[in-house]
Amino acid sequence: MNPLLAELLVLPILLPLLTGALLVLINERHHKLKFVINQVSCLLLLALACWLLWLTDGPATGENILVFLAANWSAPFGIVLIGDRLSTLFMLLAALLANCALIFSYSRWARLGVHFHTLFQLLLMGINGALLTGDLFNLFVFFEVMLAASYGLLLHGYNITRIRAGMQYIVVNLLASVFFLLGIALVYAAAGSLNFADLAAKIPMLDDSARLLLHTAAAMLAVAFLTKSAMWPLGFWLPTTYSAASPPVTAMLVLLTKIGVYIILRLNYLWFGDNAGASAHFGNPMLLLGGLLTLAFGAVGLLASQDSGRIASYSAVISSGTLLALIGYGEHLTLSAMLFYLISSTLAVAAFVLLTELIERIYTPADSVFALSMEFFAPEEEKHESAGVAIPAAMAFLGLTFAACALIISGLPPLSGFIAKFSILHQLLQSRNDMASWLFLLLLMLAGLTAIISLMRFGVRSFWTAQSSQSPRLKLSEAGPVSLLLVLCISMAVLAGPLHTLLERVADDLQQTERYIEQVLERKVISKEAL
Amino acid sequence: MELILALAIGVLFSSGIWLILRPRSFQVITGFMLLSYAVNLFIFITGKIHINKAPLTLDGVPVDPTRYADPLPQGLVLTAIVIGFATTALYLVVLLGSRGLTGTDHVDGKERDHDE
Repeated sequence: MNPLLAELLVLPILLPLLTGALLVLINERHHKLKFVINQVSCLLLLALACWLLWLTDGPATGENILVFLAANWSAPFGIVLIGDRLSTLFMLLAALLANCALIFSYSRWARLGVHFHTLFQLLLMGINGALLTGDLFNLFVFFEVMLAASYGLLLHGYNITRIRAGMQYIVVNLLASVFFLLGIALVYAAAGSLNFADLAAKIPMLDDSARLLLHTAAAMLAVAFLTKSAMWPLGFWLPTTYSAASPPVTAMLVLLTKIGVYIILRLNYLWFGDNAGASAHFGNPMLLLGGLLTLAFGAVGLLASQDSGRIASYSAVISSGTLLALIGYGEHLTLSAMLFYLISSTLAVAAFVLLTELIERIYTPADSVFALSMEFFAPEEEKHESAGVAIPAAMAFLGLTFAACALIISGLPPLSGFIAKFSILHQLLQSRNDMASWLFLLLLMLAGLTAIISLMRFGVRSFWTAQSSQSPRLKLSEAGPVSLLLVLCISMAVLAGPLHTLLERVADDLQQTERYIEQVLERKVISKEAL
Repeated sequence: MELILALAIGVLFSSGIWLILRPRSFQVITGFMLLSYAVNLFIFITGKIHINKAPLTLDGVPVDPTRYADPLPQGLVLTAIVIGFATTALYLVVLLGSRGLTGTDHVDGKERDHDE
């Protein structure tokens, strides 16, 4: 493989940064232009993510991991960006969601305040950076970029609910960042390195006092990431935040919790995998316990939720709980099932978030809801456009898509949610036969049941007992992304076989830490002759 | 030296934590500032405490590691300070916005019904 191909890794970070900078310069009045630039950049990112996934997974590269050495410094000393199957897969997921959320925001949400498009691009930059980085401190920097953009997006369309939610969200995340920094400092004190691969190589050889320090550091870091991925009891910020933010932003926030899961997955396998000596699987019991508690908390919360925002929030909590418990469960067999569940549940919850905004139009005329928030920051030339061409049988569309979302979230056949849950249950029964497995199984089933009850109640109330009989007006730019997300879920169900083999390769990658360490640390700098 | 630094970090941390748990947003932001000082000091001392040692090597002088301080924690602190400063400023804006919109500086955006 051409070593220069690895230089591509810097593009998913540079492209959103430059686009974001460009978008600041354009006046809000040209919102169509801003949208087009933003959309083009997102589509480019999507193409780039596909290409990188193909490069890391394709036959052309063999078993190579893409390693980009910033400023041509070799691995433990300089900054590295690492693209392997897992990170590029997540990048693809992020790009897909970003495109859908952006299209959805076109007709109304993007115009509710200033700099939506810039913040959106910076959020993508933070996400891609966090996925690609191979260095703990860089991860912190990209995390902060991502969080700062998410603060701005959460407050987008500034009203009292969002301010209140924003205050709490920001405080919680700043506190998590404090823990993150403490963890980084302790890792450095314990092992003298911040590079993922270098640390993975050093951890098995630490002496006892350093190991104790490292475990403390790992616990501190875990607090930061678990806050992000909303493990009980660190996830209380999630329902308030999700129900306060505007729908396209919530769809992106759903993705952010999965970034927390990604980091935990990566570091847990890399640092505390089978080869980690005395530290092997050190955090797993806590992750399993925390995940199960989160799952139970999410199930109870879902049962108690009445409004759509909270239903979506607790669905996300359940999904986080399942994923964390599966990481903590620590059986290699469950990994590919877990990744399948992760993709399916992310897409479905995001689709549900977008969909509920449309469903709410059945009983609240859209304009009154936004009258308040439109007052602040409304762009000058905002004249009310007609609500667009009404799609015939809009109600039928809403009903069908809602049913599909409900099926996936609760894990009923025939869609992807069922396949995900089925393979998880299958692996749980196959791999170990202890108390934890059975408890996990029980909780997973219970969570599915409460999801059905809660979603059915919501569906009945929205569709059958709605006061007004007129069907809501939908625009193509709003119905399109929802359908797109669901079509993705359906194709996941149809193509479950090929997808599963891909995910198994991803899971293998995670377990082969030696290969990761070797390829990152032994990556040669580019000599002058090669240029 | 170690004792003084450890005590300073401890005092900063404990005051920061106490302030963060207070109900007024101004107290919370002050608490954050104290916490970030504490964290910055904490990162700084992970490179061991040295007096009178340069973090940079000089041109032409043979490199002897014992004569230099670890530059990495210093670089980290610098970055952490900048980021902490930016996020605090951002929180300050939200705090002012909240004060303006809700008319109270309580972190929940509303006073408790029966206050103390």
